[in-house]
Formats: sequence, structure tokens, C-alpha cells
Amino acid sequence: MKLNFQVEGGNFAKAGVASSEVKKVLKKLGVPPMIIRRIVVALYEAEVNIVAHAQQGIISVDLHHDKVEIELRDKGPGIGDISQAMQEGFSTASEEVRAMGFGAGMGLPNIKKNADELNIESKVGEGTTVHITNYFAKP
Amino acid sequence: MELARIVEIVNGRVICGEEKLRRTVKYGFSSDLMSDVLTINIENLLLMTGLANPQTIRTAEMADIEFILFVRNKKITMEMIKLARENDIVLITTGYSLFRTSGLLFNAGLKPVY
Repeated sequence: MKLNFQVEGGNFAKAGVASSEVKKVLKKLGVPPMIIRRIVVALYEAEVNIVAHAQQGIISVDLHHDKVEIELRDKGPGIGDISQAMQEGFSTASEEVRAMGFGAGMGLPNIKKNADELNIESKVGEGTTVHITNYFAKP
Repeated sequence: MELARIVEIVNGRVICGEEKLRRTVKYGFSSDLMSDVLTINIENLLLMTGLANPQTIRTAEMADIEFILFVRNKKITMEMIKLARENDIVLITTGYSLFRTSGLLFNAGLKPVY
């Protein structure tokens, strides 16, 4: 099963709509709650990142029988130094983002913590693509 | 601790989710930083916060948090109430500060997460 969502940069009212839909689908499929939680926390942080930093983005969720593969592809400023961005506390977020309760430099570390596999590719001035893979059962 | 008792201690007002007032709450976490809230992985938790916007409710939805207590009489919008109802989240407000609210509930036996 495939799910696709458009994400609009700067539209905080809608931040989380995609994550919420994915959570509902995972619940219906009977995925264990603890595993759903990890997936949607990682996805939500990544969705908020698109709203916070990019002009627009597309979230593609690919549901397999044993795992979920998520791709978040955005058109935005890109990340110059990914290893620096992964450090807890590092942030380039605006005041507006901070006012929403985010932008304290915990988003990417949170994503890493909750993703079984994480891959980030980015080009400055073009955008960022985040791949998150989580398995429904631990081998 | 029963949720109804929490409401009583903080002189709170229930905005939505009255049907859950008999539920037991074991842990408390106070934060205005949603990424911090998203690190919590525990059931029966009350989130105390001064951050009142739709992302607070979304964060609770993702982290499976069923109870939110807004401090300092923060304005709860219809959009927030709608989101909370959709996700079976109880919203409570109090006029007390985050410090006072946390202190009172800690003293009454609500357990810290970290």
C-alpha cells in the first residue's frame, strides 16, 4: 500500500496531518502500538522539519507486510553539514518555529532515535530527502 | 491519582474529555518544548504545558498522551478542541503557573518521568 502527502512549507496549521493519517492506517493494520509510536514520532518530527524549513515537500509512505519505508522529499534550503545538524541542540529554526514548540535542535536526533534505518541526502539550495525505514517486528 | 483529583488540586476546568475523569494518572511531565515531549515513552502521563497551539495536541497524539493540562489560563481554540476530541485527549486549564502546578501535583504524588 502506498500513501502520498503534499506538505506546504510554513503552514503550521497543517503540520502533522500526514503523520496523523499514517498513524490511523498503521492502527487499522494492527501494527503494535509501541512500533506505531516510533514510526509516527520520527515521521512527525520530519514533517515539522519540512513545514519549518522548506517551501514544499512530498511524503511517500510505502507499507510492506514487514516494514514501512518513508521518503520525505522537500524543495528547500538544504542542509550544509548533516553531521552538525544531527547534533542535539544545533538549530537554524526561526522564532515562529520555536513559538510552535520546536526548533531546539532535537528533531533530527529524535528521528534517528526512533528510526530503525535513517538516510539523509541534501543539496544546499535545492532540498533534502529523508528516508526512514522501520520494521513491524524485531528480528 | 484520579484525573478528577488533579483537576481539584489545580483548581482546573475541564475543556473536553469529561468522561475520562475517573481514569488514573501516574506520571507528570512539564514542558513547552514539543521535541522534548516526543522523547517520552510512558503510559498514563499528564502533560503540563504553557504552549497552547494545535501542535501541542498533535504532539500528544503522536506520543500517545491522553491528558493535557494548560497552565496560566492559556486560550484553547476550537481547532485544538476538535483535534483533541478526534484523538480522545482530555484538555484541562488552570490559572496557576507551570511551576506551581508541577509542585502541587508532585507533592500530591504524581511521579516524574526522568
